[in-house]
Amino acid sequence: MEDRKEIKISVKNLKKNFGSLEVLKDISTVVYKGEVLCIIGPSGSGKSTFLRCLNRLEEASGGTIIINGQNIVDKGTNINKVRENIGMVFQHFNLFNNLNIIDNLTLAPNMLKKCSKEEASERARKMLQKVGLEDKALSYPGQLSGGQKQRVAIARALCMEPDIMLFDEPTSALDPEMVGEVLQVMKDLAADGMTMVIVTHEMGFAREVADRVIFMDGGYIIEEGAPGELLANPKEARTIDFLNKVL
Amino acid sequence: MIKIITVYGGMLLAAMGRTLLLALLGLFFACIIGMIFGIMGVVKNRVCNVISQIFVDVIRGVPMIVLAFFVYFGVPYLFNTIIGGFSINLTALQAGTVCLALNCGAYMAEIIRAGIQSVDKGQMEAARSLGLTYGMAMRKVVLPQAIRTMIPTFINQFIITLKDTSILSVIGFPELVNTAKNVQANTFMSFQTWTIVGIMYLIVITILSRSAKVLERRLSVGR
Repeated sequence: MEDRKEIKISVKNLKKNFGSLEVLKDISTVVYKGEVLCIIGPSGSGKSTFLRCLNRLEEASGGTIIINGQNIVDKGTNINKVRENIGMVFQHFNLFNNLNIIDNLTLAPNMLKKCSKEEASERARKMLQKVGLEDKALSYPGQLSGGQKQRVAIARALCMEPDIMLFDEPTSALDPEMVGEVLQVMKDLAADGMTMVIVTHEMGFAREVADRVIFMDGGYIIEEGAPGELLANPKEARTIDFLNKVL
Repeated sequence: MIKIITVYGGMLLAAMGRTLLLALLGLFFACIIGMIFGIMGVVKNRVCNVISQIFVDVIRGVPMIVLAFFVYFGVPYLFNTIIGGFSINLTALQAGTVCLALNCGAYMAEIIRAGIQSVDKGQMEAARSLGLTYGMAMRKVVLPQAIRTMIPTFINQFIITLKDTSILSVIGFPELVNTAKNVQANTFMSFQTWTIVGIMYLIVITILSRSAKVLERRLSVGR
């Protein structure tokens, strides 16, 4: 566990409101390097908002989020630089519809001059291979199935060589038979030692892959712990209630 | 009819040329104005949004004939007589271009704003999540998709603007309608004159909208 000690993300007293609606009330947690953290909870519990605060797609209303030593809540932080190191995968894939697959993967590395154009397309092909879609390089997003789109989306994020990956319900918009292929890519990623924060409804996946599970409800972290512990022997009434409904 | 074509045909064709010139100049500046105010309508800045909205509302709320009189007569009078010390004299072509650019620009701004907003928000978010700036994401991801959805409405607006040039006959620009009025006055053959003018507009606009359809089909390849 010694190599787990390095803290990648540290969240303290995070608050977020949309107008008068308080979505996140007081969230504090840390994510260690190489850890896979799954966030579960009923819809409206604030778990997606929490995840989106981690790369400032939502601006926090209070508290601190320190990523690789930088407080991203601070307006002075260059969030674009921070985001280069944080990949994000969305529920609805959000592949760039105007670009083919390989251009989807190389757009950001090229625009941000991460490396030469040759290196970028070299790496893009390698990433497509990794998710099993090297033959789709010249296809357009509209020609792919949901599962394929989501695997491309993961490859796109990986092309920036992030050291943290955020997943916002990556399998919720997929047909059931396509969930497996996406989860497999995520498992491989976890096995490679990627630091991952995953909002999910896949309890089986959480049990199998997560190092730690957080249960959120009403804008608070209600309970957190190892998946075997939390999913099998939840202590809080709300956790028990939720798990009874979904399992 | 034959007499009008043989005697005044060249004159009417030249007038059509000036109509097209005016329309092109107006559209060119309208595109620039539309782009600026359209983007000001979508950026996350209240002041920009409000300025864009006021511009669109004012221009849309004033008939173009009033705008034409205002620009051609009103503005020079304001500077030359009311304020004094300036000497501004606009030619009919300059004033006409300004009118078309403002009028069409306001509609273009709305088309561009609506087009950008029709692109799924997730596209911008995905681009930003990779570290791209707002401007890069706009240029490389959102605008290319928005423009595709805008093209049919753009073409429609181009055609309206081309027809709107006829309004500028009131400030004396010798475009097609103004010239035709002279032809009518000389010949008293109003039926024949306006039939020919109508057909001339019809031909140009049909050619324009047909070629626009082809362009539209070309651009939608690879979707």
